[in-house]
Amino acid sequence: MFVSANKSLSTTLPVTRGQAAYARVPELVVISGKGGTGKTSVVASLAVLAQNVVVADCDVDAADLHLVLEPRILETHRFVSGHEAVIRQADCEANGTCKEVCRFGAVISGEGSAPFVIDPLVCEGCGVCVELCPARAIDFPERDCGEWFVSTSRSGSMIHARLGIAAENSGKLVSIVRNEAQRAAARDGSCLILVDGPPGIGCPVIASMTGATGVLVVTEPTVSGAHDMARVLELAAHFRIPAAVCVNRWDINPEGAEQIESQARQHGAVIAGRIRYDTTVTKAQVEGRTVVELGGGAADDIRSLWAHLEGWVDG
Amino acid sequence: MIVAIASGKGGTGKTTVAVNLALSLPGDLQLLDCDVEAPNVHLFLRAELVGSEVAGIPVPVVDVDLCNQCGECSRLCQYNAIAVLGNGVMVFPELCHGCGGCALVCPEEAITEVMRPIGEVEELQAGSVRLVQGRLNVGEALVPPLIREVRARSRDEGVVLIDAPPGTSCSMIAAVRGSDFVILVTEPTPFGLNDLALAVETVRTLGIPFGVVVNRAGSGDDRVPEYCAAEGINVLLEIPDDRRIAEAYARGLTLVDAIPDIRPFFASLAARIETMAAIGPGTRAEEGHVRVCQ
Amino acid sequence: MKVVVSSISGSLDSQVDPRFGRAAMFVLVDTETGETQSIDNSAGSNAAQGAGIQAAETVSQLGAECLITGHCGPKAFRALQAAGVKIYTGASGTIEEALAQFRSGNLQLSTAPDVGGHWA
Repeated sequence: MFVSANKSLSTTLPVTRGQAAYARVPELVVISGKGGTGKTSVVASLAVLAQNVVVADCDVDAADLHLVLEPRILETHRFVSGHEAVIRQADCEANGTCKEVCRFGAVISGEGSAPFVIDPLVCEGCGVCVELCPARAIDFPERDCGEWFVSTSRSGSMIHARLGIAAENSGKLVSIVRNEAQRAAARDGSCLILVDGPPGIGCPVIASMTGATGVLVVTEPTVSGAHDMARVLELAAHFRIPAAVCVNRWDINPEGAEQIESQARQHGAVIAGRIRYDTTVTKAQVEGRTVVELGGGAADDIRSLWAHLEGWVDG
Repeated sequence: MIVAIASGKGGTGKTTVAVNLALSLPGDLQLLDCDVEAPNVHLFLRAELVGSEVAGIPVPVVDVDLCNQCGECSRLCQYNAIAVLGNGVMVFPELCHGCGGCALVCPEEAITEVMRPIGEVEELQAGSVRLVQGRLNVGEALVPPLIREVRARSRDEGVVLIDAPPGTSCSMIAAVRGSDFVILVTEPTPFGLNDLALAVETVRTLGIPFGVVVNRAGSGDDRVPEYCAAEGINVLLEIPDDRRIAEAYARGLTLVDAIPDIRPFFASLAARIETMAAIGPGTRAEEGHVRVCQ
Repeated sequence: MKVVVSSISGSLDSQVDPRFGRAAMFVLVDTETGETQSIDNSAGSNAAQGAGIQAAETVSQLGAECLITGHCGPKAFRALQAAGVKIYTGASGTIEEALAQFRSGNLQLSTAPDVGGHWA
């Protein structure tokens, strides 16, 4: 067996997961740019409205969707990614090379019998100190960065994850969740994967949307919402993925809502709907139910949104 | 004194608290917007641009005449940013984390480094508030290096406020580590509680004292206040669930300008911060020593 | 000449893995001697990033002249080109079938990546 020198053979991803890459089931990825626009609440409702859907919670850094969909976990898998440097204090000769070469400020002065200590919250796992320590006193174990789960919920199969604290947010865990969702969709014969995407525009968002059939940006009629929606629509355009926009709580600022929708159109996005401000949304969350399961104005708006999206994704 | 404003969950009101607190504190202060993927502080401050710099990461350049394709660089690189292929060495700068390892291990000294831009750091002045913000280039993957660049411009004296990105991953750590106090902003909902608990765990692991601000108080249920009471966590401020606040925020107005009855809330938070700045916030990890936290 | 095919599992009757960078395995075939060898791609499939580059290094080190796979992303494409490896995408079916398609000239030589990065 050929093994690449110095790279460990992680056993997190068993060899036969290739089926995931087969006929890809369409994926609708819901993102927001800015956090807190109501994306997860919308996804939860869409999940119960959609027939034959697999849900992928790719908002892995502080995931919330499971609080509403209440998945029953069938499989738990460790998420191992990268390495971390750990000084074997017994062998340390305190020459300080590690501190000198670390570009990330992860080596700090310790006390007593541990003159140097590597802060695991800061260590990037680049391996430079491990390589250059003259005493070869630094270990380089694989790093546990969280877990991912294959579950079932009232909307169908659900793939979700928990990214560990201070873990690297490269998007690798997001990719794992998406791939597993494709596997589940193949198994279930589902016709759509609904992805709850991460906030921001960095690597995790990129990993959640590449190859997607379409992205839905859930935004809010605020200056911040507009600013961040623009950035995320640029990202979608960069990856040539069709985009739709939905303004949540639009009636908090109707003029702002009009402006945002106009801006969205200028970016080439379609307007998929609008959701009004409704206290039922918080009430539903408190009760652990989706908005559409409770009913009301926002629920009606979400149903219209779904009707529009179904056509858009199929077409 | 450095105070970071963070939150497990996005959209709880970090920026609202950071901006309005900045406007309620006396004297000159610095506000660092470390939410570099979505920097929003500037939208609320009438600020003038003072300066702007491109920020980047050092990435390798290989001198092909000196390179003998030994592959040491590729062996060391944890990011697949440099590879020996065919008759040469190829660099993938977009994957490089800037660790400098390849240049250090190359036996032929064939590797030098150049800066690859990842975003910008801008300094703006809004009255007595000096705003430093990072803006990540769209499509750029690496976030923490830009946050570190913003943090590097922090003053040594006076109050420095940091608007951190949401979540508990390496980006939030880069924004928050080394601060003297953390304000965790949450909302009284199940999502808010879930993410607050994660943020609390993170801040405790960092060993930094913290308190909680509950935004939209009264809008959900009691689980957040109950959690704080059970954990012995200080609730520093409760901002009421007032539609006027949502509307002012939507229009990009600061609360202390738009809603006079809100001012005392932020004034009291500011007073607490000032007191801490004067007497010291309490036990914290001393510079140069570390408490190993599990 | 040596040809590499991305594969779900290591045998000639296994399916072609449509991915390259995160392919489960590679099957190396010497078209002159008929010898085959299966090679693990855990280094590629486990990489947080740059999976295609890692896989390209593997293929290059094997001395392969041609790669047969389903899809090839931009970084993998650049890396394989630098290594002088000819890329044939669009392959499907079993390894045996893909090789037959290749031998009879039915696979197109790629002149560009056919998917965006991070695609799988």
